[in-house]
Amino acid sequence: MKVKVIVTLKKGVLDPQGKAIQQTLNGMTFDNVSEVRQGKYFDIEVNENDESKAKSQVEEMCKKLLANLVIEDYKIL
Amino acid sequence: MNEVNEQIAIDHGLKKDEYKKICDLLKRTPNITELGVFSAMWNEHCSYKSSRRHLKKLHTKGDQVIQGPGENAGVVDIEDDDAIVFKIESHNHPSFIEPYQGAATGVGGIMRDVFTMGARPIANLNSIHFGSIDHEKTRNLLRGVVKGIGGYGNCIGVPTIAGQTCFDESYNGNILVNAMTLGLVNKNKIFYSKAAGVDKPVIYVGSKTGRDGIHGASMASAIFDDKIEEKKPTVQVGDPFTEKLLLEACLELMAGKSIISIQDMGAAGLTSSSIEMASKGDLGIEIDLTKVPCREENMTPYEIMLSESQERMLIVLEAGKEDEAKKIFDKWNLDFAVIGKTTNSKNIELFFENKKVADIPIDFLAENAPMYDRKWIKVKLPKENNFSKDDFKSLKLSDCLNKILTDPNIADKEWIWSQYDHTVMGDTIQKPGGNAGVVRVHGTNKAVAAAVDSSATYCNAHPLTGGKQVVCESWRNMISVGAKPIAITNCLNFGNPEKEKNMGEFVECVEGITEASKYLNYPVVSGNVSFYNETKDKGIKPTPSIGGIGLLSDYKQMITMELKNDGNYLLIIGKTEGHLDQSIFAKNILSNHNGPPPEINLFNEKQNGISILNLKNKNLIETCHDISLGGILTAISKMSIKGNKGVKIFPIEGLVNKFEYFFGEDQGRYIIEIKPENLENVEKILKKDSIHFDKLGIIESDKITYGNELKISIGDIKEGYKKWLNEYMVN
Amino acid sequence: MKSTVIIFPGSNCDRDMDVALKKFGFENQMVWHNDSDIPKSDLIVLPGGFSYGDYLRCGSIAGKSRIIKSVVNFANSGGLVLGICNGFQILTETGLLPGILQQNKYLNFICKNVFVKIKNKENKYFKNIKKEVLELHIAHNEGNYFCSNDELKSIEDNGQIAVTYCDDKGNDNEHNNPNGAIKNIAGIFNKDKNILGMMPHPERMIDPFLSGEDGSLFFENLIGNV
Repeated sequence: MKVKVIVTLKKGVLDPQGKAIQQTLNGMTFDNVSEVRQGKYFDIEVNENDESKAKSQVEEMCKKLLANLVIEDYKIL
Repeated sequence: MNEVNEQIAIDHGLKKDEYKKICDLLKRTPNITELGVFSAMWNEHCSYKSSRRHLKKLHTKGDQVIQGPGENAGVVDIEDDDAIVFKIESHNHPSFIEPYQGAATGVGGIMRDVFTMGARPIANLNSIHFGSIDHEKTRNLLRGVVKGIGGYGNCIGVPTIAGQTCFDESYNGNILVNAMTLGLVNKNKIFYSKAAGVDKPVIYVGSKTGRDGIHGASMASAIFDDKIEEKKPTVQVGDPFTEKLLLEACLELMAGKSIISIQDMGAAGLTSSSIEMASKGDLGIEIDLTKVPCREENMTPYEIMLSESQERMLIVLEAGKEDEAKKIFDKWNLDFAVIGKTTNSKNIELFFENKKVADIPIDFLAENAPMYDRKWIKVKLPKENNFSKDDFKSLKLSDCLNKILTDPNIADKEWIWSQYDHTVMGDTIQKPGGNAGVVRVHGTNKAVAAAVDSSATYCNAHPLTGGKQVVCESWRNMISVGAKPIAITNCLNFGNPEKEKNMGEFVECVEGITEASKYLNYPVVSGNVSFYNETKDKGIKPTPSIGGIGLLSDYKQMITMELKNDGNYLLIIGKTEGHLDQSIFAKNILSNHNGPPPEINLFNEKQNGISILNLKNKNLIETCHDISLGGILTAISKMSIKGNKGVKIFPIEGLVNKFEYFFGEDQGRYIIEIKPENLENVEKILKKDSIHFDKLGIIESDKITYGNELKISIGDIKEGYKKWLNEYMVN
Repeated sequence: MKSTVIIFPGSNCDRDMDVALKKFGFENQMVWHNDSDIPKSDLIVLPGGFSYGDYLRCGSIAGKSRIIKSVVNFANSGGLVLGICNGFQILTETGLLPGILQQNKYLNFICKNVFVKIKNKENKYFKNIKKEVLELHIAHNEGNYFCSNDELKSIEDNGQIAVTYCDDKGNDNEHNNPNGAIKNIAGIFNKDKNILGMMPHPERMIDPFLSGEDGSLFFENLIGNV
């Protein structure tokens, strides 16, 4: 089955890309944008039919590789 | 506001007696903000409390020195109106936790130290040490660190021109990332951190302040335990784009006359930068923390003072110049805020939402910071190995050479440096992979050489000799490219100074560095100390990294290390005794880790170096390479591989043991290439100068040969030497 | 001959380009991205670097800056526009050149000398260069040129491929492709050949003490044809 994961920078961690994108949007007349934070999206195909098992495996992957918990959070969708 | 007590102080990394001293000095209990300020300033990283006493002994003077240790970076004169600002700094602990960001912000921090003084960065270097190649973390750490260094330096547009990489199991749980930057400045336009004058506006510029890296300075001095990977986020995120803007904006402002003093916010952020400026100027400082640009909501005075958000600077301006300065920072889209002023109170006074939240005499934080005379033990010179003939019986020269050329600490590092932009700025005339990186001084005939060295194996065996050796090796790297050695910066990476053994390693390495730098007139002008590099009670090997710089007054006279032409002769300058103890050969081939490091003879070191520069000035040298790890045969191989030329080695007079001769790591030696028509002249000069030299061989064919004992094609050794790291990283 | 180098926040090869242009006889001026007008020029250069930190996609944010409108007008009226490295990325993001530059195939930043084969000399950029193969220098993380099959066909049909990665003999096959670019493409033109975007940096190869001198051939020819 397919598991979807989003990895984002933790709240409070500086997001230089997000900041630059926000400033550009403001400059392009999207004045009402007050913050942009960006992240990564993963589609992971796991050979596993049990949803909870698959998700717990993906959770391990997040902790060990996909996210660095020092600065990033992950969310399994 | 939190009530402060002894336990909270201990949680901040202070010792019981240090906390008592704070209460005694203040004659009251500090509040939490004040405690934070004290803990940051009294921390090893900022106060140098264990090392100060010993660092005073370093040789820091010389005619070429404009600014020695104690400023953001050291400054040396390179003739005309030019000066070089340079420094090396560690970012070890953050890089272990988050290799990309840790290494990136290390590069960012050292570049700020340099442009804070008014210099435009012109070259970056780094010295990185990782655990054993078999350790599960090594690959990822190496990959992350290299990407981080490149990610930051490449983006700013400063070439990374040289570096050094080492693998050793003692770094398994505690890698080293030391970053160095050189900047070019007009010697009449250097900026310092010393504030002067009362009621001058204190300005905050750069990025906004967030909760990043709070207590990073304390972490940098904390010993790793098993739970390190769960430690709360204290790693900062770097934004090289903002740093590039900050660099351009600062240099633009510096072109005018409005800055009194300027300091980057590095370790311990606003705390150490504001206190340092005031302390050096013998002034007080008043800051309204409400005015500090913040990225996050509800930040407390404590957090604002201790945040280590990157890409920020503190400036004391001439009164009335605020608008002029603000215009520049607006143009570059950077935050600019007047946050306080200098005072004559000699206290640091902090306000937040119209309340005074801290008031501490600056003396207490700077001069009265603890200084320890830690106990230490001397390391005896180990007994020499007594290798017997049997140890070498089954060995073949070619097998040994192949093994050594693919040793992780010898093999080619192009996988690393090809990820660094080493040619941007259009002045790199010697790329990574040579004896030293060389960049031209833009628009002049001059060039500056730079290299980083360390040799933990030697320092571990005998710290005093090791300390001397690293300085000499750095000196040799300068000589080898034809540059006159000028000065060094040191990054002293050691274990826990509270342990007598580690403290002893530190003291004796510093002693060795001092002795060599004094003798060679190669003074230390900047540096940093990183203690507590240990994990689970196991310290790293003592690892002083030495960053050296040298000057070529005519860049066209630069020497490189690749062999040039068939028929040219190779000479060895310096005496070969065949010292194998602590060599790569002993470790890799004989599995022997005992014995003393090779001896350092400073007299010969100096004479040999000067004599090579003399030959260069007379245009008699085609190629030069210093003989270091792996000895003569390794050095020849590297020169052959780079130049795609073979060498016929002549019979060696009075040879006792060919392995000792070819792989011994005796110091103070170089291999030089001489045209046949110059040979007689060169020999005459060397004899006149009483320099020991041997005729090593002649350049010919595409093989390295030594009688019937060695015949090996350049193509074959190149393969292993070039591929090792690539293959390691792919697997 | 007048040239203009545009500086974006994060540009870092602007000075190198300025030095090179002046060395070969251009009267060069630097223009800040926030200006709206470009002084009278025979050539506009978008230099290398990391405009806006390469955030979002390389060149995407610079492609939205104020000065770009003037660059587009200049190009549409037949003016010469040269984009090197990040400048190439900006040109594709503004739509002046087709395709996009993706991350290198092996995911690493690459800084090294490469050979490129000149595929079309019917233009002012390469017209009188005697050599067929130039040794230039690359330094990029996103140089992997990509476009749709239809676009590729149209690029090929119109002779828009400017240079391809090759070996010293001019073999432009996959063994000599440093970054995974489709058809080894290192640089392309627009249909009219007045706009050139390429990843290699000729401005870093203008002196025997640097990585090489073939960049000199490029600039000598350019000033001769402007």
